[in-house]
Amino acid sequence: MPVRTYVDAIREAMREEMRRDRRVMVFGEDVGAKGGVFGVTEGLQKEFGEWRVMDAPLAESCIVGVSVGAALNGMRPIAEIQFQDFILPAVDQIISEAAKMRYRSAGDWNVPMVIRAPFGGGVHGALYHSQSLEAMFCHVPGLKVVVPSTPHDAKGLLVAAIRDPDPVLYFEHKKAYRSIRGEVPEGDYTVPLGTARLAREGEDIALFTYGLMVHTALEAAQRLERDGFSVEVVDLRCLRPLDRGAIVRSARRCGKVLVAQEANLAVSVASEVSAIVAEECFEYLDAPVMRIGGPEVPAMPFARPLEDFYLVGTDKLEAKLRQLARY
Amino acid sequence: MPLAVARDVRSVTGVDAETLRSMYRHMLRARLLDERCWVLNRQGRAPFWISGMGHEAIQVGAAMHLRSGVDWVAPYYRDLALTLVLGMTPKDHLLSALGRADDPNAGARQMPAHFGCRRLNIVSTGSSVATQLLHGAGVALASKMRGEDAVTLTSVGEGATSEGDFHEALNFAATRRLPVVFLVENNGYAISVPADKQMATPDVADRAAGYGIPGVVVDGGDPVQCHLRCGQAVARARRGEGPTLIEAKVVRLTSHSSDDDQRRYRTAESLEEERQRDCVLLFAQRLDDLGVLSAVDAKVMRAELQAEIDQATLEAEQAPEPDPESALDHVVHDGAGELDLTGFAAAPER
Repeated sequence: MPVRTYVDAIREAMREEMRRDRRVMVFGEDVGAKGGVFGVTEGLQKEFGEWRVMDAPLAESCIVGVSVGAALNGMRPIAEIQFQDFILPAVDQIISEAAKMRYRSAGDWNVPMVIRAPFGGGVHGALYHSQSLEAMFCHVPGLKVVVPSTPHDAKGLLVAAIRDPDPVLYFEHKKAYRSIRGEVPEGDYTVPLGTARLAREGEDIALFTYGLMVHTALEAAQRLERDGFSVEVVDLRCLRPLDRGAIVRSARRCGKVLVAQEANLAVSVASEVSAIVAEECFEYLDAPVMRIGGPEVPAMPFARPLEDFYLVGTDKLEAKLRQLARY
Repeated sequence: MPLAVARDVRSVTGVDAETLRSMYRHMLRARLLDERCWVLNRQGRAPFWISGMGHEAIQVGAAMHLRSGVDWVAPYYRDLALTLVLGMTPKDHLLSALGRADDPNAGARQMPAHFGCRRLNIVSTGSSVATQLLHGAGVALASKMRGEDAVTLTSVGEGATSEGDFHEALNFAATRRLPVVFLVENNGYAISVPADKQMATPDVADRAAGYGIPGVVVDGGDPVQCHLRCGQAVARARRGEGPTLIEAKVVRLTSHSSDDDQRRYRTAESLEEERQRDCVLLFAQRLDDLGVLSAVDAKVMRAELQAEIDQATLEAEQAPEPDPESALDHVVHDGAGELDLTGFAAAPER
């Protein structure tokens, strides 16, 4: 099976779907001749032309609102927001329009659309090129939120998102683009939305996480293994809907739960996972549910020491796991 | 009517007698339905109403050029007459006003006047203003990419032209020469704020120059002019020459909505002055003068339409309310691709 980078897997998903389905189009800033600021759409305009891979004006509400309209009239748009930090001007179109279209028309209309956006820090992007804003969309019924951690899932989840009849937000960790490699099957396959992935089996602690943090989690789990602690790592990979069954199953089996994420913790994905565990697994727990994430500051600062302080690296995650193991 | 009169009407007005009669009928039908919904509200039978009274001429003038179910509209909440011309019925909107399950706009989920009907290519509208303009541009983009000759009309009040989406939609549609007509129904007030406190230019249409497209001001009290100007804009879009911004100067004959009282912020004189510019009354007089529709014939027409609306009201009131639990339906697709939430995609058994 060929080994590919995360970014190549995303591009392959788009290229194959565009070849398969003439309704699929890409609309975003710099997606054309430049191939996107991260090169995700490189070569697509050359193959599919200026209309199906269309450079948008620098206007995020336009990118999403036009995509909603095109979707209503039979297209399958993939809207690219250049950085997730800049999705905010489009939030009215996402939450008031795309998310509510099916519900407010009692099923008469639907919006088959994907919104892709790179998120996450560790690349010296500072406050406005590092954020993890997924939680605000996870709150909204009518949306699906996907965050792949591996090239395999990046392709399979994106194909599933494109074929989904409702709006899907697909968030790509920008530091994963070229640092994460993995096996990607040739040709057509999907990873079903709403399913978690067991990234590592374990007995003592269930560690729930997503995105680039999955790789940090696997490293930290490896370190604990040497001391005889067995950590199960669950890659949530779809944040709305959450795979409730998978969360409950791992939490009950291990009896100790840690939820890790790059975003700050208040009212977040970690909050929701913790609530599910509290509701469904109370009698099975040997320790309080623990969480680790970014500090409660507005966003990730620029300088290396500040950025390192913000991020949950392997050392911090290992320390948290040991604290939970000792409980 | 003698043929000679009809020919003369066309040479005088630019529109034939049959079309003029049809336009008047559409305008009157919308007006009578609108009045009925106000009555239902004031009687406590309909919780809310928001009106299009005074906007009928431009909506009918525009809609007459659209092919229902082929062309597209992304309307806003005052476009009652527009939706009726395209094929929605008084009963459809009464079902909505009364919150009945069979409301085709929204299944009684939205407030009244949040129009939508897929069968007729009327895009569902929410309450955020100006968002629909971007939908209109996107719909037109899809038509153009497929090489279809469909035209999209999307409309908005002058208040919402202050929103960013207004700018983003016009800029994008102009840049890609999309087959879309932007219609601004300028009634001079954003709820209570007069236009001169919203913008420094007297005409919204002036802004078209900034996008490199034609901007046209139309007297929204003159159905003939509305019909002719909209026809030109639709034809231009259909020829592939790109968007037009039409601004119709209309009057708002009612308060903003059933929860507003415009006497608090408008003078009695200005309200009276606007009543003198009621497009339905003026058009009836003009058609009588032209010999196209006599006062007697107009009265017969009114009685027919009133009977239709009475019958529709009766049927809507007898229609069932939604099942409470149906509030849970239609959040996301629940058929093919249904989510399997039972466990891991490939979980090892143990």
